[in-house]
Amino acid sequence: TFCSYYFIHLICFSIRVRANDREYNEKFQYASNCIMTSKYNIITFLPVNLFEQFQEVANTYFLFLLILQLIPQISSLSWFTTIVPLALVLSITAVKDATDDYFRHKSDNQVNNRQSQVLIRGSLQNEKWMNVRVGDIIKLENNQFVAADLLLLSSTEPHGLCYIETAELDGETNMKVRQSVSVTSELGDPNNLASFDGEVVCEPPNNKLDRFSGTLYWREKKYSLTNQNMLLRGCVLRNTEACYGLVIFAGPDTKLMQNSGRTKFKRTSIDRLMNTLVLWIFGFLVCMGMILAVGNAGWEKEVGSLFQSYLAWDTPVNNFLFSAFLSFWSYVIILNTVVPISLYVSVEVIRLGHSYFINWDQQMFCSQCNTAAEARTTTLNEELGQVEYIFSDKTGTLTQNIMTFNKCSINGQSYGKDTHNTCACSRDRMLDFSLFNPLADPDFCFYDDKLLESVKVGDSCTHEFFRLLSLCHTVMSEEKSEGELVYKAQSPDEGALVTAARNFGFVFRSRTPGTITTTEMGRTVTYSLLAILDFNNIRKRMSVIVRNPEGRIRLYCKGADTVLLERLHPCNQEVMSITSDHLNEYAADGLRTLALAYRDLSEDEWEAWSESHRFADKATDCREDRLAAAYEEVEQNMMLLGATAIEDKLQEGVPETIAVLSLANIKIWVLTGDKQETAVNIGYSCKMLTDDMTEVFIISGHTVQSVRQELRSEGMQGWREPCFNGNGFKEGQEGGDTAGGKFALVINGHSLAHALEADMEAEFVSTACACKAVICCRVTPLQKAQVVELIKKRKKAVTLAIGDGANDISMIKSAHIGVGISGQEGIQAVLASDYSFSQFRFLQRLLLVHGRWSYLRMCRFLCYFFYKNFAFTMVHFWFGFFCGFSAQTVYDQYFITLFNIVYTSLPVLAMGIFDQDVPDHRSLEYPKLYEPGQLNLLFNKREFFICIAQGIYTSVVLFFVPYAVLSNATQSNGVPLADYQTFAVTTATALVIVVSVQIVLDTGFWTVFNHVFVWGSLGSYFIIMFALHSQTLFRIFPNQFHFVGSAQSTLLQPVVWLTIALATAICIVPVLAFRFLKLDLKPQLSDTVRKHTKTQQGRLGARGGSRRSGYAFAHQEGFGELITSGKNMRLSSLALASFASRHSSSWIDTLHTQTVHTVCFSGENTKTVI
Amino acid sequence: MMASSYSAKDEDGHITVSGPGGGTLRNKKPENTAFKQQRLPAWQPILTAGTVLPAFFIIGLIFIPIGIGLYVTSNNIKEFEIDYTGDDTSSPCYNCAKNFSWNNTKSCTCTIPFQLDQPYESNVFMYYGLSNFYQNHRRYVKSRDDSQLNGNIDSLKVGASSPMASRKKKKPSKECEPYASIDNKPIAPCGAIANSMFNDTLKLFYNDPNGTSVPIPLTSTGIAWWTDKHVKFRNPVGTNSNLTAVFQGTVKPVNWHRPVYELDTDPENNGFINEDFIVWMRTAALPTFRKLYRIIQKKNNMAPTLPRGNYTLVVDYNYPVRSFEGRKRMILSTISWMGGKNPFLGIAYITVGSVCFFLGVVLLVIHHKYGNRNNSANISN
Repeated sequence: TFCSYYFIHLICFSIRVRANDREYNEKFQYASNCIMTSKYNIITFLPVNLFEQFQEVANTYFLFLLILQLIPQISSLSWFTTIVPLALVLSITAVKDATDDYFRHKSDNQVNNRQSQVLIRGSLQNEKWMNVRVGDIIKLENNQFVAADLLLLSSTEPHGLCYIETAELDGETNMKVRQSVSVTSELGDPNNLASFDGEVVCEPPNNKLDRFSGTLYWREKKYSLTNQNMLLRGCVLRNTEACYGLVIFAGPDTKLMQNSGRTKFKRTSIDRLMNTLVLWIFGFLVCMGMILAVGNAGWEKEVGSLFQSYLAWDTPVNNFLFSAFLSFWSYVIILNTVVPISLYVSVEVIRLGHSYFINWDQQMFCSQCNTAAEARTTTLNEELGQVEYIFSDKTGTLTQNIMTFNKCSINGQSYGKDTHNTCACSRDRMLDFSLFNPLADPDFCFYDDKLLESVKVGDSCTHEFFRLLSLCHTVMSEEKSEGELVYKAQSPDEGALVTAARNFGFVFRSRTPGTITTTEMGRTVTYSLLAILDFNNIRKRMSVIVRNPEGRIRLYCKGADTVLLERLHPCNQEVMSITSDHLNEYAADGLRTLALAYRDLSEDEWEAWSESHRFADKATDCREDRLAAAYEEVEQNMMLLGATAIEDKLQEGVPETIAVLSLANIKIWVLTGDKQETAVNIGYSCKMLTDDMTEVFIISGHTVQSVRQELRSEGMQGWREPCFNGNGFKEGQEGGDTAGGKFALVINGHSLAHALEADMEAEFVSTACACKAVICCRVTPLQKAQVVELIKKRKKAVTLAIGDGANDISMIKSAHIGVGISGQEGIQAVLASDYSFSQFRFLQRLLLVHGRWSYLRMCRFLCYFFYKNFAFTMVHFWFGFFCGFSAQTVYDQYFITLFNIVYTSLPVLAMGIFDQDVPDHRSLEYPKLYEPGQLNLLFNKREFFICIAQGIYTSVVLFFVPYAVLSNATQSNGVPLADYQTFAVTTATALVIVVSVQIVLDTGFWTVFNHVFVWGSLGSYFIIMFALHSQTLFRIFPNQFHFVGSAQSTLLQPVVWLTIALATAICIVPVLAFRFLKLDLKPQLSDTVRKHTKTQQGRLGARGGSRRSGYAFAHQEGFGELITSGKNMRLSSLALASFASRHSSSWIDTLHTQTVHTVCFSGENTKTVI
Repeated sequence: MMASSYSAKDEDGHITVSGPGGGTLRNKKPENTAFKQQRLPAWQPILTAGTVLPAFFIIGLIFIPIGIGLYVTSNNIKEFEIDYTGDDTSSPCYNCAKNFSWNNTKSCTCTIPFQLDQPYESNVFMYYGLSNFYQNHRRYVKSRDDSQLNGNIDSLKVGASSPMASRKKKKPSKECEPYASIDNKPIAPCGAIANSMFNDTLKLFYNDPNGTSVPIPLTSTGIAWWTDKHVKFRNPVGTNSNLTAVFQGTVKPVNWHRPVYELDTDPENNGFINEDFIVWMRTAALPTFRKLYRIIQKKNNMAPTLPRGNYTLVVDYNYPVRSFEGRKRMILSTISWMGGKNPFLGIAYITVGSVCFFLGVVLLVIHHKYGNRNNSANISN
């Protein structure tokens, strides 16, 4: 039933595409290949953009206020006081959106106008990508991007094979093979293809990159199609001269576009806090409105009703309750400036500025790869200053994924010198191979001339050692011109070994499915390749069986020491023990080791084994096991040649960065897919694990019980507790810190699966976060994300995930902050990340400098912003008690309009963008400076209430000081000063001066911009006020500018200035005293550092020795088979004509039979349904 | 702000990175400018004992003398205040206040004797004061038409009879409602402020010791802001200069006894530019306020403007305040460079100055006893 359901599904919800038949396909109205990532065009921009913007609650709220203001009985402010800031905010956002969209249009155009060759009426014509239709057959050439999701029809390579690189799609850099359905692969040339009229029925567009199911109907036959037949948009054709494909999905239907869903929008904790606070402020606003409305009711009842002979109620108002109701709304309008509309825009502007500073930072620029750091999202900057947990990938992030052949042990003799200190890696001590060997790779470094001597002398063991390295591998070579060899290795380890052999005179030149050609000490030798005993994770070794020109058959084997040493001939005992010591030594140096061995086979032995191997290979059931048994049979009684040691090079500055970050109290967890040994090894070499650690716990249980047992083991008791106080207000962390410093935890993927279960989760977290270092190895991408989610949930801490590969995407997306390393592994991680740069060590600068500054600036900005607006707005509240709760404003309307957007916006923006408490190098010198961010000390609810309290205090002073002074004062010509306009100007001026003085106090880093903005804003206040109170404007609009002459009349009075000075002093003096006391009695580290100008240097030591290592052989199974089959041999690279006919290899057969299987199977089912 | 994770640029962008053979590898190294590297030269002030403590002492040392100066100046100013609301039976104005009705055309007069204990030198300023009068009420403040008061002739036109005409002919602003027009005739001046204009007449007589009552000359000009008198308020300029003709077709505010063109006989002080009217129109910030009424100019001779002795205040009681529990006052005051009597400012300055000084001392003590002077030793990682 499942099958029938599946096929009903397939038929009902499937698409049909007929090749070379545009009319037919047009009936279905498939998407064209034109992609459109832009959101607007010229006509739709305004309505769509406005619609989007009004979906933001804040904007709608202000629109609501605007509508309220249009009701004359409510309107306490002119309409423009809201519409001017609203329009400004909307237009800034609109301009930003328009610019973004313009660039999207541009890039869309560029992509849509790429050329591709389309087969139209039997001839190839150049068409733009956007004109390619579903059902078209297009030709792709080598290194071209695939224009749409194609069904591979034929290729220039044999068997309709072609190679693609899918880095754009899934981030994997290794090449993948695609094969066309056999019937179509014969349609080699355009003429045949033009007459191809097959019809494809397949599943509708979806976003599954690794799945495709469909059926090709052609000449009354059905052929099943799988993902193996598809070329997806975004891939690049490699190593294939050309191929033809049928467009199945185009444009937005392609898997690439289907995958580009909207990403989850990340918010910072400050954002969330801000939203909560804004809600509280709304609540506060409503409360104040209620208080004043009640006041209004009382006043209208007691006083207003009696005052009616002078001041009648407005027409619809007939009782005091209605009046109170209206007054509530009037006050909501007036007091709305406690949450100014400019808050969100200002925050965005500041973050944008910080993002640019990240992009512009030269010290995060990597000159080797010409990549600057990039803030891909502009909304998370301040969160960078609060990170507590870093989850790091290993390969490509901590390490360069570059392997170097570092040491070797040949026949009991160890070669190679310590090259730990990269500075010691000077050119003069490096061996020069060029004289000895013209084919040497100039980039290869080795520092022990004894080995070269040994090669030159002709030591047979040494020769055999390198011969093995040059023969036993699955590397492909490409020789563009004579002597210019390029190796394409499956894993970097292998490449390093083959390159080493090459430099020591055993040059691997080329291979065919049956031969390997090498140049041994200048002499070209061709071995016939009899068998490749491929690598897999269980065998942990690979072997080749070759026949040398003299006819002798020999098996060469390389593999993990643990498995290889067991399979040696007993006569090796002595060499084995010495080599074993060497292996331990290498492992202790953090090197990846391999043991090498050979075995001579007689012709009879070979024949016998070959027979059993063939038999096993042909077996239909348990083929794998039989093959393994066959391999096992021959890999016995081997002679030990020696061992190699490969260094997995760390990225530059990794140990130093980790040291600095852990000093900043950031916990670093390494989550890697690698093996435990490798991971631990890297842990040591990057100083996460140190020898002075009390204990390194290794949890590798396979069952729930054993994992629980291990988690609860003796040593872990007792010190687990101190870490159980989450983020927020953490008390003295010192104790927990030192306790945790002694332990480390290493956990395996399968144990982690149990540890992540609901009932063990808490235990795991409490154990893990008490450890200084946590390493999770053998974890899947999903587990990486789960670990991040766990910490997010349990610890309420800010997490950062850093990685470079496609397997890190889930982790990068689920962490608060995702950082992508733009390295060799494609750009998928970068695309999913929030920040990207090319070196792990830039992380310290990103967090400790940029993050810290961003956090500091944002906090200072928010504190000041809330303070300023409360000081500004609450004056109306106090005035309410003196004006009959009538919602009369204290200030001129223009002042209310301009206060937030002109008079006070720029100084605080300048502070939010440029402020620095300590210079950048200091924050790296004193990583403890990072702690206030983690503890959320600079802006939290407590700080918010302090700001609010200060704002309210200021508003009290600003209202009651002028009230007390002016109520009885007169001008020097006897005219009283207590008129409304004088009062308004006095209060407004005092307010502007007080908040300016406050920003002067708050700004710690006075750049030229701060000066210009602070003094400019103050100046602009006076200039604009005099302009608005001028006679000229009044003469033009007498009904709009009531305040004519108020500015000069008021500001000429000494009493007014004395009042302003008094108010300023009363506002600022307590702040000054409080700050001084705090600084003097309880200085923060940043204050101390700021004062302390002496430099401190030389802090981190160089890296030292390390511990036990293991075997790491990042290899994939199946390549050996591919090589012997000859299917991946480029025709152009080798004269393979002779081999082209005899390629009945098992691999291709398996592939065929599998395909046939599915065709038959699905065919039957289709019949039953139809 | 949602972001699409895919953009065609990304698809493209990688090609230039991965293809070293592209040839067009632009150096992406950020510019090394002080701005971009956040190394702008900057002044970095720090609050230290060396800056904060002197600041407190300086503020104290500046504020205290100023305060003393202000206090002394304020104390030298002579001020006399008399309440003539008449809500008390013993008050001379009790009858006037009690019998008030809006329809009274004949004004009620009451006489209040008072005594000045000290002679008032130089110019004396005469104020009227009102209490519990909400001139700062929102509906009150906006109930005016500045365009009309600025002499805009259109604001005095008859209200629109046809909708077509209404576009051209402006009426008094609708802010003046419900005091904008009566029977479709515009009120001049319109609005609640103008309607409620203070219209008591105050006269001052000096009771000579020899028994005669000498009227004291009161100047009624020079009591308004210069900008109000010359910019903000202007009489409409019609075809002729006769104010009566210009205001033809308008009606007086309901509470007024006389139309606006009969406020004074002096043409320079009549109509909208009548200074009593201008003073009233400058609304007060607080419900208790005083407004300048008249100036008693100092005579040329050496005698004080108002010698000590007995005086009589004669009030034409027109303005009702009892209905809303208001109070009316008459104030006589001399003036100094800093205006009228204002003891608060001096006291406040002395207080703030002393507090600053005191704080300075306290902080100095705290700093010396507990202060963190040796900061550099404190840095630890």
